[in-house]
Amino acid sequence: MADPPDHSCPLPSDGVINRYFMEHRAKLLDIAAFLDRLDRSEAPESTEADFRVEAMRRAIQLLVDEKGERAKRILELFSDPTTDPIPAAPMKGATGAYKEPTP
Amino acid sequence: MRYIDPHIHMVSRVTDDYQRMAQAGCVAVTEPAFWAGFDRSSPQGFYDYYVQLTEVEPKRAAQFGIKHHCWICINPKEAEDVGFAREVIALIPQFLEKPGVLGVGEIGLNKNSKNELEILEAQIDLAAKHNQLVLVHTPHLEDKLKGTMLIMDAIANDGRIAPDRVLIDHVEEHTVGHVLSRGYWAGMTLYPETKMTPQRAADVIECYGQERLWINSAGDWGCSDPLAVPKCQQEMKLRGHTPETIERISYDNPLTFLSQSGRFSIE
Repeated sequence: MADPPDHSCPLPSDGVINRYFMEHRAKLLDIAAFLDRLDRSEAPESTEADFRVEAMRRAIQLLVDEKGERAKRILELFSDPTTDPIPAAPMKGATGAYKEPTP
Repeated sequence: MRYIDPHIHMVSRVTDDYQRMAQAGCVAVTEPAFWAGFDRSSPQGFYDYYVQLTEVEPKRAAQFGIKHHCWICINPKEAEDVGFAREVIALIPQFLEKPGVLGVGEIGLNKNSKNELEILEAQIDLAAKHNQLVLVHTPHLEDKLKGTMLIMDAIANDGRIAPDRVLIDHVEEHTVGHVLSRGYWAGMTLYPETKMTPQRAADVIECYGQERLWINSAGDWGCSDPLAVPKCQQEMKLRGHTPETIERISYDNPLTFLSQSGRFSIE
């Protein structure tokens, strides 16, 4: 697919900021508070970092790289990169981030 | 503004939801067969569910002037037991003859397992043999991208169903381009957390255009919003989209796709 078209949002940039800034300021603070809460919590005995939080930390870097299509690239970052069907479904749900199989 | 919610699980909703949806402009819904939140213990459980979809819900919707149609299948969450799933599939053809049934759905994958894929292929075969439209469920979260590609490959490998007779649902920013570029229809599901928000759906419409794209609530027994479609209409209106654009996404496009069944009606 071609790159998304420029200026396809009908709102001017100041309209986008006026309409959405407060909502996303609050969401940014939610992420900050979540990471602070994690810092204040007792770590499990395992020293291995949680794969979901590690994926989130990598995703946050994409927010500030100024390369565009951030939502798409973050979703790709969270995704299973393999292409073959798995032998059997281990559960019905999903965790939100891909976990490398343990060898 | 009138709208069609082309994917909502009304068996899981209270009657008040029909009333509120009608007040918000809903004229028709289509309800795919899905997982009830627990595994059925017998094929007979599916038979009863299909009766509910084809006979009970249309009457409940009609009280509020909403036309109800449905899709029949076994969902991918209950496809891991292949033998069981094949017993259920054997029940489906008799329901495909019912007047409100639009096709086979929502078939697809959940965890992208071999058994799920085998049952997906069996139901693609069923749809092809009975010349049915197909509504596809794509997996959740980290499984979505891989599953979407496997599903499209399975349909293409079968080769008997034209892409424009297949709606690939629950697309997000990382899958919508793949789906549209291969000629399929794409559905965006508006969920509070795990799929698309009305704002992101409007973004996708701005980036990918209005062709072969629709929005739905997929309202069910989990956290979901049966009024998500009119909320997205409102989001688009506040951004300055024209009434024609909003109507195309929320009414014209579903009407065009669903009318291919020869059974969809809002009258």
